[in-house]
Amino acid sequence: MNNLIEINKLHFQRQGRSIFQEVDITIPRGKVTAIMGPSGTGKTTLLRLIGGQLYPNKGHILVDGQDVHQLSRQELYKLRKRMGMLFQTGGLFTHLNVFENVAFPLREHTQLSEAMIRSLVLIKLEMVGLRGARDLMPSELSGGMGRRVALARAIALDPDLIMYDEPLSGQDPITMGVLLRLIRTLNDTLGLTTIIVSHDVQETLQIADHVYVIADGHLIGQGTAQSIKQDGSEQLQQFIHGYPDGPVPFHYPARAWDRDLLEGGRV
Amino acid sequence: MIESISALGRSGTDAVRQYGKAGLLLLGVLCHVPNLRKGFPLVLQQIYAEGVLSLLIIVVSSLFIGMVVALQGYHTLVKFGASAQLGPLVALSVARELGPVVTALLFAGRAGSALTAEIGLMKATDQLSSMEMMAIDPLRRVLAPRLWGGFISMPLLTLIFNAVAIYGAYLVGVKWLGLDAGAFWSNMQSSVDFHSDVLNGIYKSIVFGFVVTWIALHQGYDVNPTSAGIANATTRTVVYSSLAVLGLDFVLTAMMIGGW
Amino acid sequence: MLSQRTIETSVGFFLLAAILALIILAFKVSGMTSFFKREGYDVTAQFDDIGQLKIRGPVKIGGVTIGEVTNIMLDPKSYRATVTMRIDSHVNDIPVDSSASILTAGLLGDNYIAITPMYSQRYLMNGSEIEETHSAMILEKLIGQFLFKVGNDNKQPVNGASK
Repeated sequence: MNNLIEINKLHFQRQGRSIFQEVDITIPRGKVTAIMGPSGTGKTTLLRLIGGQLYPNKGHILVDGQDVHQLSRQELYKLRKRMGMLFQTGGLFTHLNVFENVAFPLREHTQLSEAMIRSLVLIKLEMVGLRGARDLMPSELSGGMGRRVALARAIALDPDLIMYDEPLSGQDPITMGVLLRLIRTLNDTLGLTTIIVSHDVQETLQIADHVYVIADGHLIGQGTAQSIKQDGSEQLQQFIHGYPDGPVPFHYPARAWDRDLLEGGRV
Repeated sequence: MIESISALGRSGTDAVRQYGKAGLLLLGVLCHVPNLRKGFPLVLQQIYAEGVLSLLIIVVSSLFIGMVVALQGYHTLVKFGASAQLGPLVALSVARELGPVVTALLFAGRAGSALTAEIGLMKATDQLSSMEMMAIDPLRRVLAPRLWGGFISMPLLTLIFNAVAIYGAYLVGVKWLGLDAGAFWSNMQSSVDFHSDVLNGIYKSIVFGFVVTWIALHQGYDVNPTSAGIANATTRTVVYSSLAVLGLDFVLTAMMIGGW
Repeated sequence: MLSQRTIETSVGFFLLAAILALIILAFKVSGMTSFFKREGYDVTAQFDDIGQLKIRGPVKIGGVTIGEVTNIMLDPKSYRATVTMRIDSHVNDIPVDSSASILTAGLLGDNYIAITPMYSQRYLMNGSEIEETHSAMILEKLIGQFLFKVGNDNKQPVNGASK
């Protein structure tokens, strides 16, 4: 099967607001797929729907042929072991040091000996370049380092799929470069399928194979990184290139400017 | 007018939903066969965090409470020439009411608020979500040990509270105010019944331990994952726990006095 | 996070402290003399009225506690209360013709059973019954008797006959 994930006609509402309406997305195996869009369009929600943490109102999400939301609890947990997820805040366990954090999934899910666990943890840490930091506590790590440790933890069980939730937000250029390189390299060397949710357009487009752009609950653009920069609606172009004014207006709705000024002093 | 009625209705349904969520949380925490080998060290850690670390405040408070009750009691009893009844006065007050209730209130303030803050923080920093996505049930790994820890710690703390408070009363009554030690203890022994006074107090503390820990866990788990949210949740834990303890105390006392 | 060993040790001490507190509360504070059934033998007695006597009420001879009440039941045939007492085994020379009365400790205290020994050479054993019993004094009956007596005394001069 060529597509690891197929999302069909997804509807999702939360607190009366419709987050997704009739969204269809396919994630091809072995490639880096970016899902982008303005803040608040529910991109993180999409990852949680894929992981089975949230249930859609309508539609199906198939991961490797299995409908995620029809699985029993056991089967869902088995499926999740094949997924790695990197949260925006890192999600490192604050009471464990770096080594223990990465070792955590191994200890919980496998019966490997201490020596084997140690080797595996060191390998994963080496991949993200933090083997020397293994005794530090999460509070002693910088933001970028913390993300890398969380990444090492996410690949600890050698998953098939890895999902990144805003991995680049708030990072300095060097860290961004490091993370981008890591995401791409891990995807290729480990044969992973990668989903990146981001609104750092230019950086993400550097490493993405396929792109989906979601706004207002719909797909407003999809294609390769190249095609998305050129074609597409005005809304899409405003997002991709970052134009300050366009379909998403600069001015918050207000009265006529002259009336507001002339009536100055009165509320 | 219609708006205020619908607002009232909404707050009512919100409250009911909260109870529902709390109930589901409890179900999720309790209804799994625990893996004794893996789970036991976790529970032990929680007994340490909730019980042992609360010992200081419990012991100091109970000492002072015992001493104050003895002091106040003496000055009232001596007017009736009944100062020999100081022992029973303190022992019964502490064993039946002060022990379980004050321990529960102190526990809610110290351990309950710490639990809520810890779990709330874990939720806000996505630690709980990460665990879920790693196919580890956070209810089982994080919340269940804390519930058992509180459930076990509370009666133990109450026992220590009772003993230390009565010792404090002994210090004040016998060593300071000069009552006869023999009369103090023998009057106490003939007035205090182990089953209906001491044990009933311990049963109360078991119930309180369960309720306080449950409320603390629920507030933390359901928190609005912002810093303001965590602060509010911690406050709510202390307030709701205290109200629950005092309300349950009345209900349990009524049941016990009526002979179960 | 402290090492697992430190945690286990401190929890162990915590547990010990609590058990110690429990023991203190059990024996020094509430005066439980033993947690298990006392070494002793069972004796029964029937009373017309047991008043406020409760299970675990003390059984005393000469003011000294030698046992406790273990069971109180209504005899369906005689409609008297059958009280079962457990007497300490070292008090094994209570004569069979002793009497058992239900008295009140102090003026307003709890009821207890007082056994007054008599002269027989045969002693109570497990399953014996104390024949002579005096029921509890019920305050209302006492007042009734007193009023009745006072009323009669007042009537005497009129009738000319004394009761």
